[in-house]
Amino acid sequence: MSKTFQGRVVVPGSATAQALVSKQGFNTLASFQKALMFKDKNAKCSDQNNPELYEKPMHGAALCLPQTIGSTTGGMVLFCAAALGQQPACLLFSKPIDSLAAAGAILADVWTDVSMPVVDNLGEEFLSYVTTGVSVEVKADGTVIVG
Amino acid sequence: MAMILSPDQQAMLNGEKGDVMAKVMKTLVLYGETFGAEKMVPVTGGCGHLVTSFGLSVMKPVYALMDQLIDSGVLSGQKFTADPRPLDKNVPKSMLQDLFFHVMYSKQADYEKQLQTLGLLSEDSFTCACYLDQVGNKPKEGDVLSWAESSAVVYANSVLGARSNRNSGILELFGSIAGCVPYFGLLTDAGRKATWIVEVKTTKKPKAQILGSAIGMKVMEEVPFVRGLSDFIGTELNDDATAYLKDFGAATASNGAVGLYHIEHLTPEAKELGESLIATNAKTYVIDDAELERVKSSYPVMWKNPDAEPKLCFVGCPHLSLKQLHDWTTALSDALVKSGRTKVAVPTVFTSPVTVQREFEKTADYQKLTGMGVILSYICPLMYMNNPLCGKMPVVTNSNKLRTYTTARYHTDAEILNILSKGGN
Repeated sequence: MSKTFQGRVVVPGSATAQALVSKQGFNTLASFQKALMFKDKNAKCSDQNNPELYEKPMHGAALCLPQTIGSTTGGMVLFCAAALGQQPACLLFSKPIDSLAAAGAILADVWTDVSMPVVDNLGEEFLSYVTTGVSVEVKADGTVIVG
Repeated sequence: MAMILSPDQQAMLNGEKGDVMAKVMKTLVLYGETFGAEKMVPVTGGCGHLVTSFGLSVMKPVYALMDQLIDSGVLSGQKFTADPRPLDKNVPKSMLQDLFFHVMYSKQADYEKQLQTLGLLSEDSFTCACYLDQVGNKPKEGDVLSWAESSAVVYANSVLGARSNRNSGILELFGSIAGCVPYFGLLTDAGRKATWIVEVKTTKKPKAQILGSAIGMKVMEEVPFVRGLSDFIGTELNDDATAYLKDFGAATASNGAVGLYHIEHLTPEAKELGESLIATNAKTYVIDDAELERVKSSYPVMWKNPDAEPKLCFVGCPHLSLKQLHDWTTALSDALVKSGRTKVAVPTVFTSPVTVQREFEKTADYQKLTGMGVILSYICPLMYMNNPLCGKMPVVTNSNKLRTYTTARYHTDAEILNILSKGGN
């Protein structure tokens, strides 16, 4: 059974992908560091402090998060991941997007050819409902259909 | 909501200053609109500051972007300083680690050339503590900045009363290029209101690094108003107080995402505006001795062998001030005398800006410090620890920021002095 959530469009676009869920803040630098360093096209998460994501491939996933945390290089790291083709299919935030994630998403949108839709403000229920592996569809108006 | 731009800003966005400048402006506008900014405001600080100082070979898209800017003549409208360099030949490393460093940071020389072309203030401008007097990038109260380095942003906002959002790398350069930043968040009076009251009720002066860590983990990106701390560190922003707040702020920003704090009776806005800075319905966090002990004991030890003897010690993340270099020299000398040693028991690196080191070198303490075997460096300890081979080493530090981002193990200043003067862990 599917459930629909409505968020705010930060970067427009549509995508369908399997969810990869982190209930805790997503540390962009720690998560992408090894993927960037070792040119891992699957972009396996290297953040040892995030057991939900650690060693799971982020490339092509619908990354479902509350917000991002960590170094202020975070936006630049996300931009690099996108420019190198390691980006998630989309970024879906339960909370309002933070300044680092917003910068990375917008840099990727303006300065690369990659499509990585970003929706925020999906609410706490979204993050409670969505589970890793379930199918997620993102529509251009910020509608997110889970399941 | 669409942002209202000045004619100059609109011209940039429309491409009248070229396609690359239009993309720079478009990025800033989209960024601002995401946070409800209704306008851009001029960057008024004398200098920018870049968080990206490292020529990490995997960051090719960044260097390609920099080339686009340079090739199009889209340079920074203001000079800027940058975070510390990732390499220093004086810092101990094995041959294998050194080899890895040169592969990791193979773009360093090329990247520094790009920075010089874009507007780097000088060869000596690499430090995270750009606001120290000797560096030449100390904003004034009320200045609007386009900065990203988290420890510098929180210091500039809180201690100097300047205004910067906690921007991402690249975005901060774009603000320096365009000469304007979107008006939201910590640039606004409303965004600078405290949504947390922190009551410090400890029996003695709290360790800056642990107090900052506790507050950061509790309030995350919100603004705390800290009561009770000035009882311990005074009501004047002298060298001791600013050094304390530098390390305290870096811990709030790395253990959480704090971009601004107010210290009652001490920091400029708290002195001027007092409790009117506290937002309605602000939450309260009480910190006593037990709470600080709980926070410190929660830090995980990331070493493979937690009982290993330290192989290296870093002091100075963020970089040490001149006063801190003198204080550490005295404290270390006293500790070594007490333990009957003349040299540190563990290879030790103190990091500070090149320009601070030059001042320090003129004093007798320089010979005293280096005579004890301490290496003085301008390196970024975090970049050093990012080398996977260094990350496997048992490294100790008094920096909560370094602890947070790497495998380095945190100890208080007193514990570090004990390790350096007696060895062991």
